[in-house]
Amino acid sequence: MSTTTVAHHDDHAEHPTGIMRWLTTTNHKDIGTMYLTFSLIMFFVGGAMILGIRAELFQPGLQLVNPEFFNQLIGVHALIMIFAALMPAATGFANWMIPLQIGAPDMALPRLNNWGFWLLPPSAILLTLPFTLAMFGIGDGALATGWTFYPPLSVQGGIGVDFAIFAVHLLGVSSVLGSINIIVTLFNMRAPGMTLMKMPLFAWGWLITAFLLVATIPVLAGAVTMLLTDRHFGTHFFDAAGGGDPVMFQHLFWFFGHPEVYILLLPVWGFIPQILETFSRKPMYGYKAQVYSFWAIGALSVVVWAHHFFTSGMPVPALLYFMYSTMAISLPLAVMFFCWIKTMWKGSMSFETPMLFTVGWIILFGIGGLTGLVLADVAADAQYHNSYFVVAHFHYTLFAGGIMGIMAGVYFWLPKMTGHMYNEKLGKVHFWLTAISFNLTFIPQFFLGLAGMPRRIPDYALQFAEFNMISSVAAFVLGLSQLLFVYNIVTCIKGGKKATNKVWEGAQGLEWTLPSPPPYHSFTEQPTVK
Amino acid sequence: MAKINDSETLSPKQQLDLKNKRLVRKLLWMLLGSLLFAFALVPIYDVLCEMTGLNGKTKNSAAVLAEAKVDNSRWVTVQFTTNVMPGLGWNFYPKQSSIKMHPGQIETVVFVAKNTTNQVVVGRAIPSITPGIAAANLKKIECFCFVNQALKPGEEKEMPLRFFVSPQLPVDVSDMTLSYAFFPSVDEGK
Repeated sequence: MSTTTVAHHDDHAEHPTGIMRWLTTTNHKDIGTMYLTFSLIMFFVGGAMILGIRAELFQPGLQLVNPEFFNQLIGVHALIMIFAALMPAATGFANWMIPLQIGAPDMALPRLNNWGFWLLPPSAILLTLPFTLAMFGIGDGALATGWTFYPPLSVQGGIGVDFAIFAVHLLGVSSVLGSINIIVTLFNMRAPGMTLMKMPLFAWGWLITAFLLVATIPVLAGAVTMLLTDRHFGTHFFDAAGGGDPVMFQHLFWFFGHPEVYILLLPVWGFIPQILETFSRKPMYGYKAQVYSFWAIGALSVVVWAHHFFTSGMPVPALLYFMYSTMAISLPLAVMFFCWIKTMWKGSMSFETPMLFTVGWIILFGIGGLTGLVLADVAADAQYHNSYFVVAHFHYTLFAGGIMGIMAGVYFWLPKMTGHMYNEKLGKVHFWLTAISFNLTFIPQFFLGLAGMPRRIPDYALQFAEFNMISSVAAFVLGLSQLLFVYNIVTCIKGGKKATNKVWEGAQGLEWTLPSPPPYHSFTEQPTVK
Repeated sequence: MAKINDSETLSPKQQLDLKNKRLVRKLLWMLLGSLLFAFALVPIYDVLCEMTGLNGKTKNSAAVLAEAKVDNSRWVTVQFTTNVMPGLGWNFYPKQSSIKMHPGQIETVVFVAKNTTNQVVVGRAIPSITPGIAAANLKKIECFCFVNQALKPGEEKEMPLRFFVSPQLPVDVSDMTLSYAFFPSVDEGK
């Protein structure tokens, strides 16, 4: 694998080969690779589902799929993209990079780490199996409630709901195990001299994410368990006939669901400033301000959940509280935007693919944030709730803010992980195709939402036809452009120009002191940080 | 259990393992705490709703008939709306769609339910009041919603509701809606 001379000889470099290497590995780099690969595969599975939806929405009327199947695609697309594509990608980076960044030989709990990963494929199968079962006449397909499982629909739904509930349980266990591992690693495994306030920002972002996961995933697990017992064991948590309350589910779900947004984004906010300082060739601006912003956002994220259902009925004082607390999140975010821009300010900037993605990310994520402020306004939300405006808003935060951020990270660290440079030209083409087609997909959806097109409906009024057509065509371009991404990654793994240890001229941090690719066991002797 | 200050007897590797185990244990407690919190939210939510009238929840028992003074200086209009949930083959409607009354004044409104099926069906009415902020001010003295209602095939039954609006009703509330949803009874078999 590695052709570089390894400074520290290690006696465990031999490992099982073939499939057994991957099944039994406890090596953080192997597990990181598996997480990232799984994430990439599921990104395409979720993407294929949404292309089915966009194909149906290309024209008004019902052409390709029936409404039930359409609903199933919508819900499973979201669950896969959130739990099986974005979260594993962030966990993959955490596994790969956190030990390297803090000078640890491995994660603190390697066996747990292996188990955490291998829970993912079964849960992905659980999520998608009902589609296959339905083809053989068993059940009526996958979860058709949207990813939010709102009762009473989810209490009445078919076996797809049960499959999704168990999938969520498994995914929850997996991400909680990953989080515990990361917290323990960050607290106990840092190299001598690396204080908490000297940790790379990526590690900080993950620390907050991990605590949010430990605090909120059990609430989701509890809520879906209540749903399960309502469905099969005669309880009435959410069944109004038995004295339950469907709206309570929304509270429980979003108590998890809103922090989840920051769980997805905090790791990205962590490495984006590291990319910025690398390609601006000057130290990042406002490290402490950004760490404190992470804390502030982590704390605020658990007290704003009800803005997801302003229209479900709440007294006015509660509406006002949730509106103002939601808007307050924009303050620490504004601090971070300022730091990002100030890091670039008067820097000696160059625009390699990771930097292109990062700068594009700042702009697009900014649009996502600003449209979020519009939705946080109770009066405006009454109009825009459950419209395509919401869909466009959260794709600006989760596709641009999440996935494009992850892509920036992939291009940034790929030479370090593989030891080869990727194809720069292809990377740039990938960026421009992605950025342009992404905007062409979702800008029309803002207008559709403002005009009143509801989300999660397979048919629409004729007046929405043109914008939907643009959006569908652009969505296919967006989806197909991602094949370039895969091609670039695969060729980069197979070969290419050798990457230096530092890879990027302005790179800062411990991971760049190791050879590219790093040896199977790195930092067997702990480095010391001044 | 070994303490961290046994450092002379433990190798650095063992020390680290011990430190890791301790932190994992703390995090597992945190996890358990969050899970219990999720289930604790259920009663917390119910109590909060009943206290604040959120979601139009009212006390599901008869109000004590206090000698409330009738406030002749103001009027309040109470509207009635009814729903029959899927699975219950009934017709269900109020005999009058709204009533204009003084706070403190006791009124009776009759609802009619008819079983359109050929079996005995047990149903249960769940009330909800808007605006939620005034939910606690609508006091039911006698209501068919407190207990299960059984109707024989084709039977039609008049169900009276005796209630008053408390004079403590916030001054800016002049209209209230009382909604009844009739559900198939869930504890029918018990």
